[in-house]
Amino acid sequence: MLNVGKITEGYVLDHIEAGTSLSIYHDLKLDQFDRTVAIIKNATSNRMGKKDILKIECKLDELNLDILGFIDHNITVNIIKDGEIVEKMQLELPGEIHNIIKCKNPRCITSIEQELEQVFILTDPEKEIYRCKYCEEQYSSPKVKRELLRRR
Amino acid sequence: MRHLMSPLDFSVEELDKLFDLAGDIEAHPDKYSKACAGKKLASAFYEPSTRTRLSFESAMLNLGGNVLGFSDAGSSSASKGESVSDTIRIISCYADICAMRHPKEGAPLVASQKSLIPVINAGDGGHQHPTQTLTDLLTIRSLKGRLGDMTIGICGDLKFGRTVHSLINALIRYTGIKFVLISPDELRIPSYIRDDVLRKNNVEFKEVVRLEDVMGELDILYMTRVQRERFFNEEEYLRMKGFYILDKEKMKYAKDDMLILHPLPRVNEISVEIDDDPRAVYFKQAQYGVYVRMALILTLLGIEV
Repeated sequence: MLNVGKITEGYVLDHIEAGTSLSIYHDLKLDQFDRTVAIIKNATSNRMGKKDILKIECKLDELNLDILGFIDHNITVNIIKDGEIVEKMQLELPGEIHNIIKCKNPRCITSIEQELEQVFILTDPEKEIYRCKYCEEQYSSPKVKRELLRRR
Repeated sequence: MRHLMSPLDFSVEELDKLFDLAGDIEAHPDKYSKACAGKKLASAFYEPSTRTRLSFESAMLNLGGNVLGFSDAGSSSASKGESVSDTIRIISCYADICAMRHPKEGAPLVASQKSLIPVINAGDGGHQHPTQTLTDLLTIRSLKGRLGDMTIGICGDLKFGRTVHSLINALIRYTGIKFVLISPDELRIPSYIRDDVLRKNNVEFKEVVRLEDVMGELDILYMTRVQRERFFNEEEYLRMKGFYILDKEKMKYAKDDMLILHPLPRVNEISVEIDDDPRAVYFKQAQYGVYVRMALILTLLGIEV
């Protein structure tokens, strides 16, 4: 079995659906983040069979993980300090999402306006429905979310 | 600074104040004839419109103000590729308030984020048309004396009609409202209105296919166009269209004080033989559209008379 060393400070994102860690790596903009990151694919999991894991060595205030709640709130976020897990973060749906997905409505002003921020607002937490701030197009099912994220 | 993007931007209390002001304007037009002297309305219409643009311009002229603007994107800097954000920054230097119509949904909201002057959404694609809804509400309130405790029939294209969705959203804030939704199956109200608005707020409603079956129940009949291209096939259209044409025959079943509203333009869904019926108020509705826009301009500019 492959071993990846412990991190001293940062985050371990566990229980990521197998095969999706790379897209989450990009969604969190870790490709632009100048810190040590380990991507572990297809690790054995009692709960999931197979899972992916991301280990990110960084200061805790350096990374914004709000978007994770939108992508997959089943991911476990372990907060690491001094080499130990100090907290398991409960993921919640963010109230707003900025510049992560793009509105697919061709009639929306975001399709033509130069450098306009893409903003989605959580309008129904129970049904996990987000709406584009500008045209109110609805984004709800996880499938739609995933497709949008992949199309980025 | 306040803008108007959606009819729900104003609370029921704020709407009451707006409608009171519109009522006073109707009763005492001279009192307001110089209220906006020295002020300018920019009418930024990126797509053609007859009624809405003229209604805004008439409203500002009635208030003693001036109007400048453009009436299609081809005669604006949009044809050179200028963004809405840049255009509104420029308009902010030239005018005191802006009414914007744009084919892209959310364009007036983008404008309001960069604007130094109040922006009114004068229609953004199939999304919102708040001043139409304000017009509808003022017409009902002025002619019925109330906005609650009534049965409102909405007839025609309930699926794609943005005015219908806006009106329902605005009316559910009043008590005792019951809706009768009259449309062919193809054009029924979408589930995000039926479930998320009507059922969620415990609003009483029923859906029917034939207008004449429910005429006698209605206090208000809001007519909309049923467009041929919305049907799956021509036969279906021909079979159904008669259900949604209002004529003298169907009016026999209506209450004496029922009001007929229509956002206009009509094509053939209301027979011209109805026009002289005192219950037909769709042309008066256009007049109320001017009063409510006058009240809105005064309110957003913070001008008290």
